[in-house]
Amino acid sequence: MNATAFLARFDNATIASPEARAAASVLREHGLPGMREEAWRATPLRGLYEADLDAPAAPVLPPVLAAFPAPRLVFADGRFAPALSAATDRMHVATGVAMLGLARPATDKLVALNTMLATDGATVEVAAGTDAGTLLLAHLATGATSHPRHAIRLGAGAKLTLVDYAGGQGAYFHNPVLEVALAPGATLTHLRIQDESEKSYHLATIYAEAAEGATYDSFLLARGAAIGRTEIHARLAGPRATAHLNAAQLLARSQHGDFTTVVRHDAPATISRQTVKTVLAGRAHGVFQGKIEVAPEGQKTDGYQMNQTLLLSPRAEISAKPQLEIYADDVKCSHGATVGELDAEQLFYLRSRGIPEAAARAILVRAFLAEALDPIAHEAARAWMETLIDPWWDNAR
Amino acid sequence: MSALLEITDLAADIDGKEILRGISLAVPKGEVHAIMGPNGSGKSTLSYVLAGREGYAVTGGTATLDGADLLAMEPEQRAAAGLFLAFQYPVELPGVGNANFLRTALNAQRRARGEAELDAGAFLRLARQELKRLAISDEMLKRNVNVGFSGGEKKRNEVLQMALLRPRLAILDETDSGLDIDALRIVAQGVNALRGPDFSALVITHYQRLLDHIVPDRVHVLAHGRIIRSGGPELAHELEASGYGEIVAKAAAA
Repeated sequence: MNATAFLARFDNATIASPEARAAASVLREHGLPGMREEAWRATPLRGLYEADLDAPAAPVLPPVLAAFPAPRLVFADGRFAPALSAATDRMHVATGVAMLGLARPATDKLVALNTMLATDGATVEVAAGTDAGTLLLAHLATGATSHPRHAIRLGAGAKLTLVDYAGGQGAYFHNPVLEVALAPGATLTHLRIQDESEKSYHLATIYAEAAEGATYDSFLLARGAAIGRTEIHARLAGPRATAHLNAAQLLARSQHGDFTTVVRHDAPATISRQTVKTVLAGRAHGVFQGKIEVAPEGQKTDGYQMNQTLLLSPRAEISAKPQLEIYADDVKCSHGATVGELDAEQLFYLRSRGIPEAAARAILVRAFLAEALDPIAHEAARAWMETLIDPWWDNAR
Repeated sequence: MSALLEITDLAADIDGKEILRGISLAVPKGEVHAIMGPNGSGKSTLSYVLAGREGYAVTGGTATLDGADLLAMEPEQRAAAGLFLAFQYPVELPGVGNANFLRTALNAQRRARGEAELDAGAFLRLARQELKRLAISDEMLKRNVNVGFSGGEKKRNEVLQMALLRPRLAILDETDSGLDIDALRIVAQGVNALRGPDFSALVITHYQRLLDHIVPDRVHVLAHGRIIRSGGPELAHELEASGYGEIVAKAAAA
């Protein structure tokens, strides 16, 4: 099966809104991403197009979600699941397809697919000057395809930590789109945990726009999915706006994981920071594409990107593509990349102190991730992530 | 007294190059022996072969710790059996906290020996007590393992590990190299504090200086991968006075 045949699955879908109709015509004309497209060259979607997806079943709320100390909005196979959710009055929450106009379905094909097929989503609004604490936004999948469409809007000086979890069981395709609009001085801490089933496909697109002095502080932990991709478009629209796009990907067996970022510095004195760590075992394939664009207005931009990969197997593969596009003359932009294996000296040092080899390797993998994980200030979210990272090595082949 | 460490005709290669050419040596329980020798004599190779580092091919001979075949064990099994190597160049572990590292190591050894693990509180009390005894600042526990440590701090951290892990046999691989006199005293004090009927040590050094502070029961001279002479502590002074040249030449002529 190819992309065209895959798309034909949705021929009878209900197309409700003008946006959905427009997206459908984009897809009719241009189709889904193929390997000839530069942005998708390193992440072929043949596996998705040929996948035999399961029929959806009743989702079960994992105990870790129930125990997480925050109100939660739970979606099951793309639809809001009120019975699995727990309310909050610290922010305004609505459900239904939400669009802020930041997404670009005309050019981003998976976003067009989402726009065409989205039937539900969350809108979260935090009033100016309010610290809304933490919200857990979770998606549980069991089969078929899900296209949730979320919008997060923070008023001036507002604060929110959004813990954004994706998990499930079986073979399915999860294609979420999330838009984030931050008013001046607002701060969104966006902590994403991608722990999808290893038979699944997770292709997420996030658009964030930060006004003057606002901060979009994001971290992705990705360890699930057969093919996973998180694509973030962050636009620093006002002076001194900041974006942190950090990630840790842990991939094993034949998993494919892609972290793609585009940061656009459209205003003076804007700041972007990226620390991206990829750990690869087995025949896994990791991808990092990081683009920093500085518009002519982006004088005094300060952009930094570091991409480091740990290869635990000779058959694992990393594709890394840093890109700087700078149209201002007074900027500070740099990037760095390293690829390495576990250090034999460090391994021997740990073992010589009595630490068994597997535990020694796990310690060194965890140490490799420290730089990306340690800045996460949210204790409960970080503790959760640690429980996903700690046992990872045991099955990483 | 039976020997704790017994090495017989030990021979080893690195990349096909013969480094150890038949070493025989016995360290009885409770004794401290020194191995001295010129650069390239095989001193560090001996310590690495005993600790189980990869890259060395043992081509002959045996090494046992309290009768158990050391060479058949993984490095972590040797550690749990009571062997400790103080590294000449302690390895930096960025992203690994020292306290966590020490507790993980101690508990891994305790687990391997079927002993109960120490919880964080019990470990911290033990660590503070050893730090105090060795006059090392508590702050060392909070740092990443050896990262940004001075040469002296790295060696002190090795001694701290030794104090916590309580090995039956410590091998100190040129622990004195690059140390000032104060650090040297701390290292010596760390070893001397452990001396007793259940602790043996093999002190590998190029210079006699360390042996003024850790007085050995026996001194062995290693040259070209063989022990060419053994004697009492006075042998170290003889070497200091005459240098290695004479004794090596004499051995070659014999």
